[in-house]
Amino acid sequence: MIALPTPRDAVQRRARLEQTWADPKGVWGFLTTVDHKRIAARYIVTVIALMFLAGMLALHMRLQLAFPDLKILGPQMYNESFSLHGSTMLFLVSVPVMEAMAIWLVPLMLGQRGMAYPRLAAFSYWLYLGGVTMLWIPHILGITPDLGWFEYPPLSGPGYSPGHRADIWAQMITFTEVAALAASVNIVATIIKLRPPGMTLARMPLFLWAMLVASLMTIFALPAVMLVTSMLISDRLVSTHFFAPAGGGDVLLFQHLFWFFGHPEVYIIFVPAVGFVTAIIETFSRRTIFGHTALVLSVLSIGVLAFGLWVHHMFAVGLPRLGNAFYTAASMAIALPAGLQIFCWIATLWSGRPRFATPLLWVVGFILTFVIGGLSGIMTASAPLDLQLTDTYFIVAHFHYVLVGGAMFPLIGALCYWYPKATGRMMSERWGIIAFALIFGGFNLGFFPMHILGLEGMPRRIYTYSPGMGWGPLNLIATIGSATSIVGGLVLVANAWISRKHGTPAGANPWGGSTLEWWASSPPPTYNYEYTPVVESIAPLWTAKDGLPVMTGAGVERREVVVTSAIDAVPLYRQKGASPSIWPLVAGIAVTAMFVGSIFTPWAVVWGVVPIGAALTGWFWPQRPRARTGPLARRAV
Amino acid sequence: MTPEPPPRLVGDLAYLPDHADGARHVVWWGNLGFMLIEGTGFLLAIGAYLYLQSQSPAWPPGGDALPGLTWSGFFTGGLLLSVIPNIWVLRQARQKREGRVRIGVLAMTLIGLALAVVRWFELQHLGVRWDHDAYGSVVWLLMVLHTSHIVTDLGDTAVQAAWLYTHEVGADQFSDVEDNANYWSFVVLAWLPIYGLIYWLPRLA
Amino acid sequence: MDRPAAMTRTRLAASILLTWLLGGCTDLQSAISPAGEQAGQLFSLLQLMTWVCGIIYALVLVFLGWTIVRVWKRASADEAPLVDPADRGLSRSMLVWGALIVGGLTLLITASFLTDRHLASLPSKEVLRVRVTGHQWWWRIAYRDPATGRWIETANELHLPSGRTTRVELGSSDVIHSFWVPNVAGKLDVIPGRANSLDLTPHRIGWFRGQCAEFCGAQHAHMAFDVKVESPADFTRWLAAQARAAAPSTDPVSARGAAIVTKGACAMCHAVRGTPAAGRPGPDLTHVGSRRSIAAGTLTMSRGALQGWIANPKALKPGTTMPAVPLDGADANAVAAYLESLK
Repeated sequence: MIALPTPRDAVQRRARLEQTWADPKGVWGFLTTVDHKRIAARYIVTVIALMFLAGMLALHMRLQLAFPDLKILGPQMYNESFSLHGSTMLFLVSVPVMEAMAIWLVPLMLGQRGMAYPRLAAFSYWLYLGGVTMLWIPHILGITPDLGWFEYPPLSGPGYSPGHRADIWAQMITFTEVAALAASVNIVATIIKLRPPGMTLARMPLFLWAMLVASLMTIFALPAVMLVTSMLISDRLVSTHFFAPAGGGDVLLFQHLFWFFGHPEVYIIFVPAVGFVTAIIETFSRRTIFGHTALVLSVLSIGVLAFGLWVHHMFAVGLPRLGNAFYTAASMAIALPAGLQIFCWIATLWSGRPRFATPLLWVVGFILTFVIGGLSGIMTASAPLDLQLTDTYFIVAHFHYVLVGGAMFPLIGALCYWYPKATGRMMSERWGIIAFALIFGGFNLGFFPMHILGLEGMPRRIYTYSPGMGWGPLNLIATIGSATSIVGGLVLVANAWISRKHGTPAGANPWGGSTLEWWASSPPPTYNYEYTPVVESIAPLWTAKDGLPVMTGAGVERREVVVTSAIDAVPLYRQKGASPSIWPLVAGIAVTAMFVGSIFTPWAVVWGVVPIGAALTGWFWPQRPRARTGPLARRAV
Repeated sequence: MTPEPPPRLVGDLAYLPDHADGARHVVWWGNLGFMLIEGTGFLLAIGAYLYLQSQSPAWPPGGDALPGLTWSGFFTGGLLLSVIPNIWVLRQARQKREGRVRIGVLAMTLIGLALAVVRWFELQHLGVRWDHDAYGSVVWLLMVLHTSHIVTDLGDTAVQAAWLYTHEVGADQFSDVEDNANYWSFVVLAWLPIYGLIYWLPRLA
Repeated sequence: MDRPAAMTRTRLAASILLTWLLGGCTDLQSAISPAGEQAGQLFSLLQLMTWVCGIIYALVLVFLGWTIVRVWKRASADEAPLVDPADRGLSRSMLVWGALIVGGLTLLITASFLTDRHLASLPSKEVLRVRVTGHQWWWRIAYRDPATGRWIETANELHLPSGRTTRVELGSSDVIHSFWVPNVAGKLDVIPGRANSLDLTPHRIGWFRGQCAEFCGAQHAHMAFDVKVESPADFTRWLAAQARAAAPSTDPVSARGAAIVTKGACAMCHAVRGTPAAGRPGPDLTHVGSRRSIAAGTLTMSRGALQGWIANPKALKPGTTMPAVPLDGADANAVAAYLESLK
């Protein structure tokens, strides 16, 4: 009969686990780690740096538009700015940061020691970093892509955009999409196969449902953008005619394929936020979430519905009216699951025993802001009305309200919420409230006027406007608001940075949360958990009144994760976990080389396969003894 | 906050095996995920083909030759026949028979090589260049997408064969053979609608 | 100070602020100042949607606000958290909420569909056809001369008869643009390889402005056009004047300008009907003097504007394909005088 070790043996056992799961020291450890927590951390750091850069671009643009006919940014620089801002925020920040949160949180919430494919997670980051450099180094070199974040042909075709800017943009997308796909497959496999014993699908926390749905959406949506950007590069590089009307191609084919990706993309960004909000509200209301089933169903229905809406980005293109009417109805219908979610969250607060702290403040800010974005979305969903609203500042207001309100605010709340778990310290409440006030107030001041500017005729993507249009005052207010929210962002980051060393020490469960990650110590050791937790309810830490049930048996001397069955989480076998490896980095470099080369010549794809093949062979080459049977057996000594 | 009670032991997982087969194995799901990704890509490319066809008054557009049936026939026939040894290897891997798996994977490598050669000739007889018009572009798109799978699967299988012959085969490697065989089935299945579309739709429509 | 005075001060400040914010808006490129049938329909739909969405938002605010107020005092750290309480009342309320959402969405979807149907069924007898071609970064506009049936070209200024439907046939000579006159109708994209048409039925006489609404390159910001809605009689007069060839110059200065324009480099890109200049790449200049602005709405028409534009187009519109034409002072003056005389 196995028993829990004595306290002294437990100390030794923890030391052994720590050793088994440790990374090599120094730079080599940095380059070879497959620790999901370290990988997630580097994603977050990169994302914060990119948000700062994108924010600076935005500030520049807002300064240029603060008054009519300013000369701060000329057209070329302005066009580069909005292209870089949009591309960075959508491809290099919004989706990667959600994946990063998942990479960090999913194994912890599952009581596991690692992800399903640890080296794939490392590879995802290196490839993501390749995408970041693919976009930003050309900016430093002065060949920034300048045609927006969705470069429509023919403007982006070979005839109107010579040079390589458009190719750089297109290939950056391929990078980041491969990275995102790799991360998504990893997340799906982890959530389906690495759940702790007893965590049936019915007992799975909503955050995991949200990440499962978002990752599945990624798998089905991102191939569209990879395909369409490859077709664009192909038109530019080897003279195909996909989007060239003269050759029988169709300009709208690009738009259909792009938006088939583009619409699900924004829900891929929003759905994880649903998970954050639910987790925060549950913990801070001190009751299990109201309407758990409704929330799961709403997330699933959003995941499916999102694929049927893309034509609402093309209402002004001149497609048949009846088709447009269908997409209007579908686009409005998605408000139903979203509206039910809002009800469930507020209802949980209503019937709970809340405590108030910064993460909850961000959730309130989310509700106040996202609902405005959702409602302006209902307005743009109307095909005829959209003909006045699309491509104007009304749309700029709408998508910032849903993306900032619907994804950024929950993300910031999530960062504040899980910060103590990751660092072992609490962030300052006072500075947290100040940052919130600046960001929330600044954002609304900055973007609400844009609804009016759009209705007053101001189109998107213009670098200046004349005084006679009367758009000056609202633009000035928008600039002041945006600048204020950037100051708030700096306060937030400073709070996070300073609290690392000076924040109040946090225990394992400072907020009193119910999910498994709050059982690990703060910060968790390299191996996350000493024992395998067993889940008996949807809120394991709240129902385990006489101690959390655990199992021993997951390896101590070698890295292991426990694999369970897909629906009922019955333990099946112990999977050997990956050790630190240089191959993800090598493979990432090889893929980077091929993608960069393919901007200049199609032969790069052919020759690039060789180093990639070599890297993948090294990666997957199993280390086992030499054969003892067969024609190539080792001769008996 | 009241101190929590210590954890209570309810079981031991050391009895669990350290490997699993088929859908129980965690890597099987990654393979499935990859098939979903590539399958979606194929579907979208097929969608692009049908879209361009719907926008064109004639298909192939005036003056374009129809793609040749001979080499494509050899390829399709050969691909379908390759399902037989593929299923055989799959079964041997499930039964963990080291010697037969080695032979099977070597055979699949050679078959893949032969098919790649036939595919090369097929590409020479498509009847149109990718830069001639949109029809040519989308036909070549579908062919290049599928050919990349043939080539990478060939590479995978060849490396796998080399490894199998030089090492002691463990449970995880039998799972790898199974996953590779499943992927080949996917490559075969993906070809069928593409073949119908490229070679028969213009002839029948 | 006493309350009424304070409130008056506040109201005054608010009105000044609102006036500054919105009063500056000139309403000549506005979707909320409809001057046409289509824009009017859409404005009504906008108003309905704003009301419905406003009510929904108010409900959310009330629910959230009431919740926070209600539970503010309730917070207590020592009670155990609730796991899966019965929630019957809340479940019923959720159904009501869901029904409300479905009701609201049904209303809005129906309103949208009816608006769409109404817009499509507007009477289109005696539709006036106008061809509009988008270029980087200007608008070629062509009318059919009723007398001869030929197409007469002008640029960057669209005249519409009030009370009649004009069908704008949109085409692009290069990339995707978007034709938008918010006061009169919604926008429609101008797509190479595709023939789109947009019906405009203005009913208020006056000057309006349209602007390209799809990013089309470096000078997308400066691709606007003037729109004059006039009485049918005035419109017929204007069209007849446009159909006439260019007026010959009456004084030596503009004659000198004419010689430069119609026989020099300008003629390679510009046309002046009735003279040897028949260039197609750039806007038709036959009646450029009668237009309200030049360079696609960038500058108000004046002799100085013309001179400045010709001397250094890239200073005003960086990236434009119009080259700088080096002319000495007298020549520049002559050219500007000639162009200004082309009414």
